[in-house]
Parts: sequence; structure tokens; C-alpha cells
Amino acid sequence: MSALSIWLLFIAIGLGTFLLRFMFMYLFGKIEMPDWLRRALRFVPAAALAALVFPALTHPTGHLDLSAQNFRLLAGLGGAIVAWKTRNVLLTILVGMALLWILEAAF
Amino acid sequence: MNKDFFGGVRGSLPILIGVIPFAMITGVGAVSVGLTFVETMGMSVIIFAGASQLVVYQLMGAGSPWLIMVLTAWVINLRFTMYSATLAPYFQKLSTWQKAVLAYMLSDQAFGVSLSHFMMANKEVNHRWYYFGSAFTIWVAWQISAAIGALLGALVPASWGFDFAFPLSFMALMFAALRDRPTVVAALAGGIIAVLAKGLPYNTGLVLATFLGIAAGYFAESLKPNQAVTQ
Repeated sequence: MSALSIWLLFIAIGLGTFLLRFMFMYLFGKIEMPDWLRRALRFVPAAALAALVFPALTHPTGHLDLSAQNFRLLAGLGGAIVAWKTRNVLLTILVGMALLWILEAAF
Repeated sequence: MNKDFFGGVRGSLPILIGVIPFAMITGVGAVSVGLTFVETMGMSVIIFAGASQLVVYQLMGAGSPWLIMVLTAWVINLRFTMYSATLAPYFQKLSTWQKAVLAYMLSDQAFGVSLSHFMMANKEVNHRWYYFGSAFTIWVAWQISAAIGALLGALVPASWGFDFAFPLSFMALMFAALRDRPTVVAALAGGIIAVLAKGLPYNTGLVLATFLGIAAGYFAESLKPNQAVTQ
């Protein structure tokens, strides 16, 4: 990516994100957030993050790989246990990365 | 400046234990995908939304198109509309530019700290100052930590495979978002559809899977009409 397209990327994401943060503060008293939208938004983090996590583990090199040779899948499952028990970002990264390095070094 | 501003500052200090490492991870991640220090900090100030920044790094590493990166980051940040709508009544009397400043600084943590304080406080609280103290503290801690992360990131060799840290960080955030059965349904549907749709062009499967995951969660919740829908 060129430096220009990188800065345009930041500005596009930043402007859109600002509008998402600002919109309903600005519109308060004029337009209420519809109930169905409020209910749907509750599911955004779970759905979006899962959609990022699952393929990163099953398609480590761009192709589906569910074998025991897929170390990212194995290390990711180990990380998932830590994530589930602690919900701690740093700890999940440390354990997951350590598992990946150990698997790569041992096999 | 008043006591409620410093109340917000104090109320946010405990949560910095989570904010600081997360911000440092975004700094390390930015450098690991080839961004310069200035680009990293520019992004951190312009976007100021960690999960969406990490998503951009993962997609950059995969060579995704520009538009998909923008769309995916916006989708991740849709949750801010919910926070904004919830806080809006407290900021009703402010001018537009004051609302704009408070909105720019909105973060998951500032929302959580402020709202729980507003709900619990039995005395009269100056909401805007408390929130501003909280959001400002988190913003400053975030930017300093991101800068430290970007400097440290230059020391991380590419052979460490730091790109794997992105899905791992999403995993921790995902489990934190699993509150009840419908959110688990949303995550499972979003994740499985994303795997099945991986072959779609331009990584569009990601956005598609997210929307279908949201629909699945919404539908799962609708199946239980007696369950109270609360935040």
C-alpha cells in the first residue's frame, strides 16, 4: 500500500467511526434508536470477532487445513481455553504464541 | 475542571491495567505489518478504536482490498452507536462541538466506567465532567501506551510470527462478548459461516458472516419471548 492510501484508509475509518460515536448523541431528542437496531447491535462484537477468529485458525495459509499439522489451529484451541477462563487479552496472546513456538520447534 | 472530572479520572485508573497492554499490542501490531511510527500514532489518534485497528493489521497482512478494510473496521465499531445512544441523555444540554469532543473520546472502557458510576451514584453527579475525566484518562493512557508499543515493536523479529497475536487477541475479546445463549449463537454462526465463505472474493465472507451471525443471534433471542431483553 502506498503512504497516501494508508492515510486515506485511516481517515475513512476514523471519520466513519466518529460518526458512529457521535450520531445518536447529536440526534438525541430528534430520532430515537429503534428497538430492533438496539437488539441487533448487541450481537455485533460476538459475531464480528468470531468471523475473524475462526478462519484465521482453519485457513492459516489461505487453504482449509483441519489436520494436526495445522499448528495455528492447535495453538489457537489452547489460547481459546485461556481466553474462555480469563478473558485476558495479554495472557491469551502469551499462551497462544508460546504454544505455537513450542509446536513449531518440536515438530 | 471540578471534582467530578477527577472522580472520572480516579474511577478509570483500575481499568488502565487492561487498557495499557491492549494499546501496546496495537502499537507492536502496527509496526509488525510495516507501518512507520508516525503512521501508527496517526492511526491511533484518528481512529482510536483498538479492536478495529487490529483488524486492519490482520487484513493488511492478508493483502485485503482497501474497501474491505474500511467496511470491516466500521462493522467492528458499530457497537459505539449503542454506547452513544445510551449516554446521549446525559449530554443533552451540551453544545454540538462539546458533544463531538466527548463522542470522539468514547471507548468501551469509558462507557463502562461512566455508566456504572451513573447507575450507582446516589448523589448528584455532573455526568459530562465525570465522563470527560474517565474518557480523557483512558485516551491519554492509550496514546502513550500505543507509542511505547510502536517503539518496542521495532525490536520484535518477524520470525516470531506476531501476526498470530491478532486472532488470539480477538479470541479474548470474543469470549468477553459471550454473555448468554443468543450471543454464543451469534458467535458460532458468524465463525462457521466465515470459514465456509472464506473462498468468496475480496474477503467479503467476513462482512457477510458478521451480518448473518448478528441475524442468528437476533433470531435465537426472539425464540425466547419471555426472556427479558436488558443491556
